[in-house]
Amino acid sequence: MNRPELAVPYLPRGTVYGTLLNFQREHALWAPRMVDAPYLGAPQAPVLYIKTANTFTPAGGAIALPAGVQQVDVSATLGLVIGWPAQAASSGAPEVLACVLMNDVSIAHESYYRPPVKYRCVDGFLGVGAAGVPLAALGGLPGLSTLALELWVNGVQQQTVFLNELVRDAATLLSDVSGFMTLQDGDVLMLGTDCLPDGSRVCARAGDTVDIRAPGFAALVNTFTQEAA
Amino acid sequence: MKRARIAWAGAVHDAIEHEGQLQLLTPALSGQRLGFDEVVWLPPLLPVPRPRTVLALGLNYADHARELAFKAPAEPLAFVKGEASLIGHRAFTVRPAGVKFMHYECELAVVIGRTAKRVKKADALDFVAGYTVANDYAIRDYLENWYRPNLKVKNRDTCTPIGPWLVDAADVADPMQLALQTSVNGTVTQQGSTADMIFDVPTLIEYFSSFMTLQPGDLILTGTPDGVVDCQPGDVVVTSIEGLGELSNTITSP
Repeated sequence: MNRPELAVPYLPRGTVYGTLLNFQREHALWAPRMVDAPYLGAPQAPVLYIKTANTFTPAGGAIALPAGVQQVDVSATLGLVIGWPAQAASSGAPEVLACVLMNDVSIAHESYYRPPVKYRCVDGFLGVGAAGVPLAALGGLPGLSTLALELWVNGVQQQTVFLNELVRDAATLLSDVSGFMTLQDGDVLMLGTDCLPDGSRVCARAGDTVDIRAPGFAALVNTFTQEAA
Repeated sequence: MKRARIAWAGAVHDAIEHEGQLQLLTPALSGQRLGFDEVVWLPPLLPVPRPRTVLALGLNYADHARELAFKAPAEPLAFVKGEASLIGHRAFTVRPAGVKFMHYECELAVVIGRTAKRVKKADALDFVAGYTVANDYAIRDYLENWYRPNLKVKNRDTCTPIGPWLVDAADVADPMQLALQTSVNGTVTQQGSTADMIFDVPTLIEYFSSFMTLQPGDLILTGTPDGVVDCQPGDVVVTSIEGLGELSNTITSP
C-alpha cells in the first residue's frame, strides 16, 4: 500500500507534538526544582509542545540559525506517525503506522514555565527523517525500547539516546496523550529528547553537520548555517 | 464579504452570506441558497497544503491579566494549538466529568492571507485575509505550571469553536476597534473591545513573523478580555464580535 508516511522524502501531514521531560535523566535532574516556584510540583500530564509546519526541514536540508543566535540545541528523537484509522482502533489508543527520526532543534531556555514558541518554532527547527520505517519492522511499540539513537556532529559521536530510559514509554505516552486529545491521521508524537549528564544538550553552530542515526533507519543529516541579519 | 464553509447534502461547500442566507459557491450548485438552520457549520477555513499553524495569546488584555492575578506580560504570551481542536458554529463542546472550572474565551481570530516573514508592523494588516470569532475554551482544573497554559487545558477536542464567518479584511475598517461580547444562556457575561489588547494585531504579526514564517490559512487567536465564568452542560455560549458575527456553542457532557 502506498502510504504518505512511507513516501520519500517524508514530511508530516499533521500536527507534530513534542514531549518535554520524558527522559529519566533530565527528569531526575529537574526533580529537586520541581516543587519550587513557578512550577509548584512535578508535572502530572505529559508536557507537550507543538512544532509548527514552518519548522520542518527535510533530510539533507540546511537549518539556519537566526541572526544573533550563536548556537542551538540539537536533539535526536523518534516521531511516532499516527496512521489511519487511529480513532477506530478498538483499543482506544491511536495506531502508530511508522516511526521517523527527528532532529528537534531549539534555542536553549532555562525556564519551562511558559510555552516555548520563540525557542522551538523558529523556521527550520525540525529536521525530519527522509522516510518513515513501518512500526512492524521495529518490533511494534515494545520493540522501540531496544533502540538507541546516535547524535553525531561533524563526524564525531556526541550522544547516545536509549529509548529504554523514557519516563513514559511509547505506549504509555500515546495512551496518556490520547486521554485528553485526539491524535489524528498524519499527526506525529515525538517521544522526547534526552540531555547530557550535566543537563545541557549537544549544540550546533553555523557550519556544523549533524547526523542522527539508528539501526534500521537511514541517517538524518542536516547542515547548519547562519541566517543573514 | 462573509465566507462560510458548510456541510450540506453529503458534501462540504464554500458559501457566502447573502441577504440572511447562505449562497453556495460550489459551481454545480452555484446560486443555491440555504437557511442557516439547514447546514452544518464548519470552521470557516479553506484546507491548507501543510499543517495549519494555530497561534494563541494568553493575557493579552490588561483587565483579563489582572483578573487572573498576573501582571501584564512584557512580550506576547504565545502558545500553539493543533487544528484538531477546532469546531464550527452551532457545535457542541464537551465539559469533562468532574471538572470545577471551564470557561469560554471570546477572541478575535486573524486568518493570514499571504506568506508573512519578517513583516513590519506598518505593513502587517496587508498580510491578513480576514477575521473571525474564536472561543478558546479553557479547563482550568488541568492547569499545570509547565509550558503553561499546557495542552491539556488548551488543546482539547471540541474546545475551540470558530466562525461562523470569515469576514474579508477589506470589510473590517479597523480590527482594533471592535466590541466583543459573550453571553451565556442570553445573559451577557463578558464585554470588551479589541482596542484594549496589550499587543495589537500588527504587533503580533510582526512578532511572530520575526522568527516563524506564517502561511495563508494560519491563525492567530488574539486573547480575551475580562469576564470569564464557569459553564455547565446545557449552557448556550454565544461569543460575538462587532461586524464579524455571533458564534454559538453548546456545552455538553461527555
